[in-house]
Amino acid sequence: MDILQILLTDSFWAASLRIATPLIFGVLGALICEKSGVLNLGIEGIFAAGAMAGWMAVWLGAGLWGGLLAAALVGAFFGLIHAILTVPLGLSQHVSGLGVTLFATSVSYFIYRTALPNVTSPPRIESFQALDIAGLSDLPFIGPVLFQQTAMTWLALLMVVLVWYVLERTALGVAIKAVGDNPDSVDAQGLSVYSLRIGAVMAGSALMALGGAFLTMSAFDAFFFGMVNGRGWVCIALVIFASWRPGKALLGALLFGAFDAFQVRLQTEVGALVPGQVFLMAPYILSILALVIAARGADYPRALLTPWFKGQR
Amino acid sequence: MENPKILSLNALSKRFGSVVANDAVSLDLHRGEVLALLGENGAGKTTLMNMLFGHYLPDSGSVEVLQDGVMTPLQLGHPQAALAAGIGMVHQHFTLALNLTTFDNVVLGSEPLFSWRRNRAAARAKLLAIMEQSGLVAPLDTPVGQLSVGERQRVEILKALYRDARILVLDEPTAVLTPQEADTLFENVATMTQNGLAVIFISHKLREVLAFSNRIAVLRHGQKVGEIATKDADERVIARMMVGADTPVTARETMSPGTPMLTLKDVSVQGQSKRDSLSRASFSVHSHEILGIAGVSGNGQSALAGLVSGLMRPDRGTVSVGGTEISRPNPLTMITAGVGRIPEDRHHDGIVGAMTVAENMVIERLNDADIQTRGLLNRDAIQANADRLTKDYDVRGPGSDAAARLLSGGNIQKLILARVFDQTPRLILANQPTRGLDMGAAAEVGRRLLEARKRGAGVLLISEDLDEILGLADRIMVIHDGQLSELTTRDREEIGLSMAGEHA
Ligand SMILES: Nc1ncnc2c1ncn2[C@@H]1O[C@H](COP(=O)(O)OP(=O)(O)OP(=O)(O)O)[C@@H](O)[C@H]1O
Ligand SMILES: [Mg+2]
Repeated sequence: MDILQILLTDSFWAASLRIATPLIFGVLGALICEKSGVLNLGIEGIFAAGAMAGWMAVWLGAGLWGGLLAAALVGAFFGLIHAILTVPLGLSQHVSGLGVTLFATSVSYFIYRTALPNVTSPPRIESFQALDIAGLSDLPFIGPVLFQQTAMTWLALLMVVLVWYVLERTALGVAIKAVGDNPDSVDAQGLSVYSLRIGAVMAGSALMALGGAFLTMSAFDAFFFGMVNGRGWVCIALVIFASWRPGKALLGALLFGAFDAFQVRLQTEVGALVPGQVFLMAPYILSILALVIAARGADYPRALLTPWFKGQR
Repeated sequence: MENPKILSLNALSKRFGSVVANDAVSLDLHRGEVLALLGENGAGKTTLMNMLFGHYLPDSGSVEVLQDGVMTPLQLGHPQAALAAGIGMVHQHFTLALNLTTFDNVVLGSEPLFSWRRNRAAARAKLLAIMEQSGLVAPLDTPVGQLSVGERQRVEILKALYRDARILVLDEPTAVLTPQEADTLFENVATMTQNGLAVIFISHKLREVLAFSNRIAVLRHGQKVGEIATKDADERVIARMMVGADTPVTARETMSPGTPMLTLKDVSVQGQSKRDSLSRASFSVHSHEILGIAGVSGNGQSALAGLVSGLMRPDRGTVSVGGTEISRPNPLTMITAGVGRIPEDRHHDGIVGAMTVAENMVIERLNDADIQTRGLLNRDAIQANADRLTKDYDVRGPGSDAAARLLSGGNIQKLILARVFDQTPRLILANQPTRGLDMGAAAEVGRRLLEARKRGAGVLLISEDLDEILGLADRIMVIHDGQLSELTTRDREEIGLSMAGEHA
């Protein structure tokens, strides 16, 4: 099979969308936090916590949607920790974020190990299955790519629209964008800078946790150590690539998904000639390149990383 | 004139650490009245208004606002409460989100946050009606970041009016406006007071205070030292109240210019917009000479200042300092060539706000042998330097180890003056050096510039304030649309015409 032919197969495009799904959640989550002026490097750990919480809830019998709810709540909780440290207390967002990542990751592993001390092979749950939509799923090409995905992929796409709508069409979105540009503007209009930022970070973190939950509840059906594997960091880069716009965030996630899917297929084609690590590296190198190109014109939220305190100049 | 009282501040006090910013200040305001609040830089004017608006929580005192016919205590420390009571404030520094449109900035905070839909049509209609009524117009759907300073100022006032303000606080509203824009603003304010709006405005420009206020209240060192009806006041009386003494006027001695200190030969800069472009400028500033550049801001002053301070490179032509051509202009080469720079935006370009006053005082000469040895800062020397300069230049504030951003505007400028003049530069670039400064501080800047001129420095003075230029400059050039032209006249009228681009 030839390289071009890879691009024409429906399985390649279906895989791209599948790989992109957790990233879509993650980028949107990071985007909301950053729009309000708070960088959330807790993302990598919140992914792990979401993956663990979602899986554990389902395993305990909460059902799939109950699992998602649990993941989102756990994400919001870690978001709250990050928000309290960085917003009213004004600590370094980098340090706090990395701390949350370490904390959330190890706490998740700890709980998993405590709950299941003696298992050798991780227990499985009944995960989200591909939706089978009569008529649509059987369409050539479009069918397998779009209509044989799980409900979580559709949820991710729905979230793109929702986040876009909230940011562009509602008063809340206006306030979030304002607090990320100049907190004084919000304060002078009688809104609370603290509540807006804390709320945005919690909501964004809940979305990140859903990205993690996708891994244990849709992509796989069990929880493994190290399964997040840098996806959170990729999202942080993709937000810049997306220039803080939900539509472009979707595009970025899809692009990364496509690189990754392509890499896997290329590996089976020419794997004999080039070491496999080169292919594993490729999506990251390509995303760095894309970032370098896209980030030059990116307009950062002006107040990103800058703490604000009431009653100080 | 006895209109009903609508606001009273009762014995408000506020301290910041050891600084008593306000000491039991009381103030009344009546319907339809324009009250001017005066005082030196750091006297506590902004602090008082920030307490009224709920940004700062007073240490003691109370505020009462007329609501439904009775004076009601205002909940302190909550802008939300102040807004609800009909108090609107235009801050000394803009509080605008630059990424949002005028419309969004204005309605921000007035809509329910958790609603799926915004009633944009109704809000638009209300805003358009207010624009119509007040005469304050700004493009509704343009991001505020793209608006001119004058337009941004109007957006700030519209924000207050949109919240149905009955009491409007304007903290130095004209500091960044051209004289024409300022006059228009006050005409609009006059219209609005006829409809019952009460206004407190802070200004250092006595001309507008005398022309547009009904009553004047003066603060000194955090205390109210007097109140006077405007009709009984004149410049001398006010100055006395503010400073507690007459301000000395420095006479300008005649001097013959010496060798050229700065020479621009056929210099052009193509900036991103018209406001930072300059076309084929040629002139020299000599030792013992102040060259005044008059012009309405946004006509190429920032390009000229950028060139001389080393922030911009000429696209063509040459820049020489003290007779030596500067081949690769950057801030460092300019400083080492002996250029002292007083930037236009002192908050952003003049200081590093998060660093201490003492550090800011040596920030342009960190490589000097007395400041550092082998890469390590000499803290004692920095402190000694700061002690000397704060004393010599009378920099007041929370102390030299406090963050520089905590200083009032006037004291930030004194910090910069101290840093610049202490290095005895050959050439001084003074870009809008007295903007936002009180009379005393402005006189101080003038005195220092004349002193430098006497010592033999050349001064390039860029200013919108014609009085300042006429009072200080030996020669005057006008900048318009990136073009410089030398004037032989010192007639206000004629200079005004060339500033507007009409060659007489
Ligand atoms: N948030 C703050 N923290 C510490 N000190 C402050 C703060 N706000 C004001 N100050 C200090 O209080 C004093 C009064 O400042 P204020 O800004 O009210 O003066 P002002 O009269 O408005 O001066 P200007 O004419 O320069 O605007 C100054 O000494 C200032 O340094
Ligand atoms: Mg002030």
